[in-house]
Amino acid sequence: MKAILSGNEAIARGAYEAGVQIAAGYPGTPSSEIIETIAKEYGDSIYTEWSTNEKVAMDAAAGAAYSGERCIVTTKQVGMNVLSDSLMYTVYTGVEAGLVVVTADDPGLFSSQNEQDNRWYSRLAKIPTLEPADSQEAKDYLKLGIELSERYDTPILLRSVMRVSHSKSIVILDKRVENPKKIDTFPRSIEKYNCTAMYAREMHPMVEERLKRIAEYAERAEINRIEWQDSSLGIITSGVVYTYVKDVFPHASVLKLGMTYPLPRRLIGSFAESVKKLLVIEELDPVLEEQIKAMGIEVIGKELFPACFELLPDRLREIALEAGLIKDESLKIESIKSDSNNDLPMRSPVLCPGCPHRSLFYLLAKHKLAVAGDIGCYNLGCLPPFRAQHTMGAMGASVGVLHGMSIADIKEPRVCTIGDSTFFHSGMPPLVNMVHNRSRGVVIIMDNSSTAMTGHQDHPGVDWAVLPTREAEKVDIENLVKAMGVKMVRVVNAFEIEEVDKGLKECLEYDGPSVLITKGECIFISHFKDTSYLVNEELCNACGRCFRVGCPAVVLSEEKHERTGKFKAKIDVTLCNGCSICAQVCPTKAIYQPEEGEVK
Amino acid sequence: MKRKDINFLVVGVGGQGTILSGDILSAVGMEAGYDVKKSDILGLAIRGGSVVSHVRWGEVVGAPMSMKGTIHYLIAFEPLEALRGLGFLAPEGVVLLNTYAIPPVVVTTGELKYPSWDEIEARLRERAEVVYGFNATEKAQSLGNVRTVNVILLGALSNLLDVPASLWEETIKKYVPSKYEEINVKAFNIGQNLIKEEQKHENYGY
Ligand SMILES: Cc1ncc(C[n+]2csc(CCOP(=O)(O)OP(=O)(O)O)c2C)c(N)n1
Repeated sequence: MKAILSGNEAIARGAYEAGVQIAAGYPGTPSSEIIETIAKEYGDSIYTEWSTNEKVAMDAAAGAAYSGERCIVTTKQVGMNVLSDSLMYTVYTGVEAGLVVVTADDPGLFSSQNEQDNRWYSRLAKIPTLEPADSQEAKDYLKLGIELSERYDTPILLRSVMRVSHSKSIVILDKRVENPKKIDTFPRSIEKYNCTAMYAREMHPMVEERLKRIAEYAERAEINRIEWQDSSLGIITSGVVYTYVKDVFPHASVLKLGMTYPLPRRLIGSFAESVKKLLVIEELDPVLEEQIKAMGIEVIGKELFPACFELLPDRLREIALEAGLIKDESLKIESIKSDSNNDLPMRSPVLCPGCPHRSLFYLLAKHKLAVAGDIGCYNLGCLPPFRAQHTMGAMGASVGVLHGMSIADIKEPRVCTIGDSTFFHSGMPPLVNMVHNRSRGVVIIMDNSSTAMTGHQDHPGVDWAVLPTREAEKVDIENLVKAMGVKMVRVVNAFEIEEVDKGLKECLEYDGPSVLITKGECIFISHFKDTSYLVNEELCNACGRCFRVGCPAVVLSEEKHERTGKFKAKIDVTLCNGCSICAQVCPTKAIYQPEEGEVK
Repeated sequence: MKRKDINFLVVGVGGQGTILSGDILSAVGMEAGYDVKKSDILGLAIRGGSVVSHVRWGEVVGAPMSMKGTIHYLIAFEPLEALRGLGFLAPEGVVLLNTYAIPPVVVTTGELKYPSWDEIEARLRERAEVVYGFNATEKAQSLGNVRTVNVILLGALSNLLDVPASLWEETIKKYVPSKYEEINVKAFNIGQNLIKEEQKHENYGY
């Protein structure tokens, strides 16, 4: 049977077919749909969870793999930084049953704070790495990963990128095989699973020796293949870039590497000898290029194909034309270059109509506070009309940065914003640090009962789990922060602006670390939709205050105010969810909720 | 017989159902016997951003996205997004446009202007061979569900492709929740009629 699957759906399918029993991860674009698909489609066969953070997921998978269960762990590229501490030891210990770590990188920064190339982790952690080019390969390589993991007693890294994870193509479906291993008691192999220096000293040489054996495998593995064409140009590539290369250089010979660590030296060497000119085309860093150059092979790489952003077919083609590597055959490139549509107003994402974060950002902007920000939907607070998140770097960082502002003793009131999921992920240790070190500042925990930005996943603050049939325990944030020693805690309704303002002011006055919890469910969780509000144009004085709540449903009217000439407001009833925040800030009470039936 | 490649670009605003329409379009291609690839730029799981999906049908498809100047059908859920996608259009390309405008926040706050209809039309005509424009949002609203905009547009597109309507309808039913099947088939038929009426004639109205 065949189906059209995204790369992430195909990885999930691969996990199912490979007999994987446990899947754990922390959400992060573009990786999140793997766990979600497993829960939805294969939840009967695979235990699935969103763990508190990536490292927790990795440790859980290690423990389960030591216990003889096949596992996968999923993360986005920056989650690998959190996970890596635990990745390092699993490479030393190896496993009882297959363990594959899936990283989905984000060349082009579609939804990430950086463009890091996780193939460096392959070399750092010495973990064998597979790179699929499309959905069929994503599924096949996951299965191969489980097989290699058991054969060589090592975790395997599967490296996807956004264009694999979020692209779709046709996949042939197979049946599930069951894991033949059954372990009843946990292995007491201290020499294998306890990385105390004494034993780890034995493990390291084993890792090096294992890599040599896997490199031998790579020499003859089918996934490393040469597609011979014209020998005047040879290209070494991997992953989705392979598909771009095939479109742009239909006549070149291509060495496609399905395994990008360790590399097959002899295969690369003989390919290099058989072609006149050799290119390495890889997105982001020169990870392959530097290794190939270190083999003493001459290649052209980053001097032509830049390290920043994606190398999409258009861009590759332009570079190749300019460098004289291909001839223009069909497209009228001039007409494309003169494309005059780059001057259009940008459509940056905005907080949804009905979003519980809106009231707080309206107030932070109004009071002009210094705001250390964190990652989540609320980071949209850095954009107009709010411009009220002044820093953002990594998950959980806001609380530590707020503490830094406090010890630097800046002379103005300061707060930080952190989402509920992010607070559990990595916000707790820095808050405890603030308490212990007697910091001053307001930690605003924006509790929307969801990990919203990455697709509304569960986290420890809700009583449901990704697998709907599994019950989950809710951890109460208010009690938690009190138990952590925070003495000033205020809990407010995020949809009541005055209440939020009052809580904020009380916290700002407190001399010590304080926590303001703004509670209001994400509309994707509550599915709240009330009758749309309307603007009474006669009462509207065009003051523009409602525009400052940054709601896409509040738009300019065609009508102008007679005296000021400013445009009045209008509400797009197809977008409004009826949350009333705009009405709460309107000074003339021009925004009202009509009786049922008044809306056309 | 080797099939001709067909490249589609579906553009719109998050929340409009563009992704689903691209999924249906991909599945229809597969059922019709093509190799199919699709690439989505989903951005964040939030409404309001630009959403872009490439869909390619062919004998054997390479990259999941098309190069500039090679899109045969630009399916635009929103005029501003249509202009943004125009650079991808092939010289003989066709535009299907939902004329319902959704101004971005930089426009509502008064920082930037939404292009005038004259300008939109001029830019479209400069690049596109044929433009079919209609207010699909209004049609969907009068049908009773704004979310059917995507299927209305697919209905219109189906008139220009050589795939039987029954295959479209079956695929649509597979992709929408069962309680919305009926309304979506109706939406599909509305879309079909939108350009049947003036098939192959330039039709631009709003
Ligand atoms: C280490 C790491 N893991 C995952 C992500 C992806 N990510 C960005 S924000 C976010 C969490 C958002 O949830 P929350 O803090 O509850 O804020 P919300 O979006 O719900 O407002 C995640 C998982 C990341 N940027 N870094």
